[in-house]
Amino acid sequence: MSTHSEKSAPLLAARGLTKTHGRTPALRGASVELHAGEILAVTGASGSGKSTLLHCLAGIVRPDEGSVVYGGTRLDRLPEKRLSELRRTDFGVVFQFGQLIPELTALDNVALPLLLAGASRGEAHRRAGEWLERFGVLGQKELRPGEMSGGQAQRVSLARALVTGPKVVFADEPTGALDSLSGEQVMSALVHTAREARTAVLLITHDAQVAAYADREVQLRDGAVVPLGVAA
Amino acid sequence: MIGMSTRHILLGLLAGGPSHGYDLKRRHDERFPQARPLAYGQVYTTLQRLVRDGLAEVEGTDSDGGPERTMYRSTDDGARELAGWAAEIAPPAPFVTNEIFAKVVVSILSGGDPAAYLREQRAAHMARMRELTSVKTAPNTDLATVLSADYALNHLDADLRWMNTTAARLTTLTAEVDAS
Repeated sequence: MSTHSEKSAPLLAARGLTKTHGRTPALRGASVELHAGEILAVTGASGSGKSTLLHCLAGIVRPDEGSVVYGGTRLDRLPEKRLSELRRTDFGVVFQFGQLIPELTALDNVALPLLLAGASRGEAHRRAGEWLERFGVLGQKELRPGEMSGGQAQRVSLARALVTGPKVVFADEPTGALDSLSGEQVMSALVHTAREARTAVLLITHDAQVAAYADREVQLRDGAVVPLGVAA
Repeated sequence: MIGMSTRHILLGLLAGGPSHGYDLKRRHDERFPQARPLAYGQVYTTLQRLVRDGLAEVEGTDSDGGPERTMYRSTDDGARELAGWAAEIAPPAPFVTNEIFAKVVVSILSGGDPAAYLREQRAAHMARMRELTSVKTAPNTDLATVLSADYALNHLDADLRWMNTTAARLTTLTAEVDAS
């Protein structure tokens, strides 16, 4: 269990976020902090604002009000071009359904972010292979997403999210579409690898058994954080 | 006899061959890693009762270089009793006798703050689930430990889901208890 001193500045901090989709308020003053290397679970019922919070923190969506600060920079005020560059270099994202490119093999899917960042094909493939191995799916490197099991595809997605050496991985219900044993393999692989690489993880889940892999939990209800715990 | 019983667990451990009290206690604690450890006193009392009821008998003594220890073995009646118990369907939770449930109801009855209690109980459950998850996922964990952690995690998870639903229902529940 890692603990974080009150004094150390968070790597990523959201304060008083509000966001309304049409007329539906998704976030109503949510605040959350993520420290370097920390694995944080954000839990809550469907509609509690979990995914919107993730989108705001990852710079995918801009909040209506409030601030998102990453390493001293206000993400919510960053021009789109710099924001998308930062997302590519510092953030990795995994969704419930891996969003792998169906026409590409596992190896090419994982190599893609490196190629986009300017790596040579040989270098990209070498590093992609290393990450597939870490996630125990090197044997599937020539398979396309449709030819893999859900758990294997999700481990390939994790490899793709981590291959660029991000500081933060955002995982939105990464085990949501998996049976419990495959989910366990995916979570073990994610947590083990993130700790080894000292990558912070923001994990969205409605499943307490998945949240239990994290160092800490923040619970959302009606778009705001529920105060948790005894004298935390 | 229905329910988790030390006598059946001991009969189960004796099914593999004769054994003495100390060894039975050690094997019990290994097989049921997250269970409350058996007290020696309980092991010896239970063995004596098994002998009295004809389900086990004294095989002899074994000193093994140390103090003399009484060896016990299961009888045919013991094997039949064990098989019957193991195949018997456990009644799916006929009564709700859970402390958390009782505390929430009592808290409502006495004008307490059940929502605050539930938040803190939930945090304690999550902390225990994190502990069990790290036990389960540690390198080279044996199967008995994984199974036992899984069992505990699933039950804590069930409590937690009930606590989440209850927290959401509290307004209605309070009104019902007040009206009765």
